[in-house]
Amino acid sequence: MSNLKTKPNLGDPDGIYQMLIDLHAGRDEQDSMKVNAKLILALANHIGNQQVIAEAIAIAGAGAQE
Amino acid sequence: MANIPDIPVWREVGTTPVDQSNFDNQSTEHSEVLIVGGGPVGLTLALDLGLKGRKVIILNRLNFVAAGSKAICFAKRTLDIWDRLGVAEKMIEKGVIWNVGKVFCGDDAEPLYQFDMLPVKGQKNPGFINLQQYHAEEILIEAVNKLDNVDLRWGHEAVGLNARDDGAEISVRSGNESYAIDAQWVVACDGSRSPIREMLGLDFEGRVFEDNFLIADVKFKQQRPSERWFWFDPPFNRGQSALLHKQPDDVWRLDFQLGWDIDRDACTKPENVEPLVRGMLGDDVEFTEEWYSVYTFQCRRMKDFVHGRVIFAGDSAHLVSPFGARGCNGGVADADNLAWKLNAVLDDPTQKSLIASYNYEAVATADENIRNSTRSTDFMTPKSVLSRAFRDAVLELAKHNEFARPFVNSGRLSTAVAYPETVLNTPDTDVWTSGIAPGHPALDAPLSDGWLFDHFDGHFVLLIAGEAFDIEGLKTIDLDSLSCGDGLAEQRYGLEKGGAYLIRPDQYVAARWQNPSAAQVVKALNKAKGGCR
Repeated sequence: MSNLKTKPNLGDPDGIYQMLIDLHAGRDEQDSMKVNAKLILALANHIGNQQVIAEAIAIAGAGAQE
Repeated sequence: MANIPDIPVWREVGTTPVDQSNFDNQSTEHSEVLIVGGGPVGLTLALDLGLKGRKVIILNRLNFVAAGSKAICFAKRTLDIWDRLGVAEKMIEKGVIWNVGKVFCGDDAEPLYQFDMLPVKGQKNPGFINLQQYHAEEILIEAVNKLDNVDLRWGHEAVGLNARDDGAEISVRSGNESYAIDAQWVVACDGSRSPIREMLGLDFEGRVFEDNFLIADVKFKQQRPSERWFWFDPPFNRGQSALLHKQPDDVWRLDFQLGWDIDRDACTKPENVEPLVRGMLGDDVEFTEEWYSVYTFQCRRMKDFVHGRVIFAGDSAHLVSPFGARGCNGGVADADNLAWKLNAVLDDPTQKSLIASYNYEAVATADENIRNSTRSTDFMTPKSVLSRAFRDAVLELAKHNEFARPFVNSGRLSTAVAYPETVLNTPDTDVWTSGIAPGHPALDAPLSDGWLFDHFDGHFVLLIAGEAFDIEGLKTIDLDSLSCGDGLAEQRYGLEKGGAYLIRPDQYVAARWQNPSAAQVVKALNKAKGGCR
């Protein structure tokens, strides 16, 4: 059974972060939310493992700032 | 008396008298190189060229060493450069060495995470030192003053420029006197508001950020570790960021993000600074003001740094946000890149393409620095609702999720920039699984009698392992005879018997081979010297 990777796994985190920010440049909030949703769905399909996605969902939903 | 009011004085020097014995019959002086600006970049360049025997004049429009808060963080690469010029030891002795950075978020007294800037072990110089710019300048001035061929003039201002194909004439004013200097090359190290840049009608391209920061350099005697502390959204500066750095002489650099719509004058009033300082350091801290200043910043550069015989280096050519210590370190890298090239071109004007390679490499360095400091700034000051959502998501996740920590960006600190595509490189023809590729900075390593970098002394060097080459004008360093036995140097270069690395005067790798012929080495050397012969 595979698990969600929780160790850093990206060679160029700053580059990826910038791609995400650039994706939203010039969009209004509603459009941005939809674009984010599309991105999540595309990545979820790529992952293709319900267990892994469930773990990611748990982390994302783990609540507001402590 | 300081000749320019409103700039705080660290040390009075006094105006250098105009020496008419230098003039020809037109009140004009002649020089190989004229450097405009006596800050760390101009002084480093002058020292480098001076040690190579060049006749250099530096004009400093101030007749004093300025105090106040400017560059404070000097990176390992800068220390390597200054070490080559014989001044790093004094800098390190005076400076505060630090390696640990901590990032805090919100009300939490425990750091969100911490990082270690400790460089690859077994190198001569530390990862970073903090040192007030005036201390660094004083050490450079002392070294420059020992050279008869370098003429550092205080209170002499460049006020006019007449550029030609084969040089430039600069009009100089000092007090009530005027004269001219005719130089083969002019290097403008005259800062972000560069008068030389304006005289040529040139400008910057890029972004200006709508944000203000308060620098409070304060003196206090509290025992705190020598660490870089960074806060996102701390209780003493809600919704903004803050930074704390230790400097020598019990001086600390406190930096507070202020936002865009502020009253700049009010922000530096002691009664407004005090609550921020106490908020960060504790109510009971006893401190005195060294220097308060509000700054805003830009991430911009000139399109080109070379304009005929006028060359730009440092802040006159490029500006970055201060997060990452990429301003002064980037400028010293320019000086390092330019010095050996100017020296070569003065010896042999046919090597002029080296100056074009300075433009390429210094622009590449500026772009890398601008990219990194722009990203840091965008993380600290999100420009949109979504950008803020990502930023806050990273910070919320980072506490418990290791994967999120590499996204936290409180400044990506200055390191040497690589030029894999520069024309001075000879691309690899062998297959390498380790070592340092052409266009990348060389790595230091311990040797039995000191450090590898002690042998990379401002000339082209061929680093070999056992198999000797006899190439005119090329110094050879044989690792087999110098190694301290732990094999660290051989490992870092992936060097085996018969192999070789061609190292540039600025300690960059120009070419490498596993088993070259002398002809291959000569060809690469010519290429690295800007020739196509």
